[in-house]
Amino acid sequence: MSTTPNKPVAGKKSDQGFVYLPLIAGWLVPGAGHFLQGKWIRGTLLAVSIIAMFALGLAMQGALYTSTQGILDMLGVAGDLGSGLLYVVSLAAGWGARGVQPNQTTVADYGTKFIVVAGLLNIIAAVDAHNLRTGRKQ
Amino acid sequence: MFHPSHFAAVLLFALFASTVFGITMRDTPQRMFRYGAYCFILFVGSAIVLSWVMLLIAR
Repeated sequence: MSTTPNKPVAGKKSDQGFVYLPLIAGWLVPGAGHFLQGKWIRGTLLAVSIIAMFALGLAMQGALYTSTQGILDMLGVAGDLGSGLLYVVSLAAGWGARGVQPNQTTVADYGTKFIVVAGLLNIIAAVDAHNLRTGRKQ
Repeated sequence: MFHPSHFAAVLLFALFASTVFGITMRDTPQRMFRYGAYCFILFVGSAIVLSWVMLLIAR
């Protein structure tokens, strides 16, 4: 009885290198996970969308969550942390308001949501870069 | 500072979110574009419909 050798699964990439590098790079810098794999157009579109959303949130005087006193604040910090270095740099530079203020304007509230959603979208983009790296997506 | 109108904020939000959804949820460029456009229309359309519903409730 003859046996056929196992063929690699279509679209499956080799396991060489650190498989989580695109995930971590994509989290720290929006689009970097796609750039590492030569997906220049996808990476550029992702980077422009996420960075623009984060920057517009700051320009709308949106707040960066820093406190973890309540459950909503903790969720806000988790969302903001999704932006990776954008969040860290913004905190260090003193950009954006600190925490949600009671007298916040409607536009500033939109800005806060823009910043949180930019972080969540960046997490989706980083996971997509990881899926590209593992061959789960082409 | 940047002070967009409420509708402009909706359009910007929908544009950026739809771009990311389109790229990450589909495999080929054509399907990415179609899914992104679909998400954009749903974002903006649902915002308009809900705005009218809230206006009618408030009256």
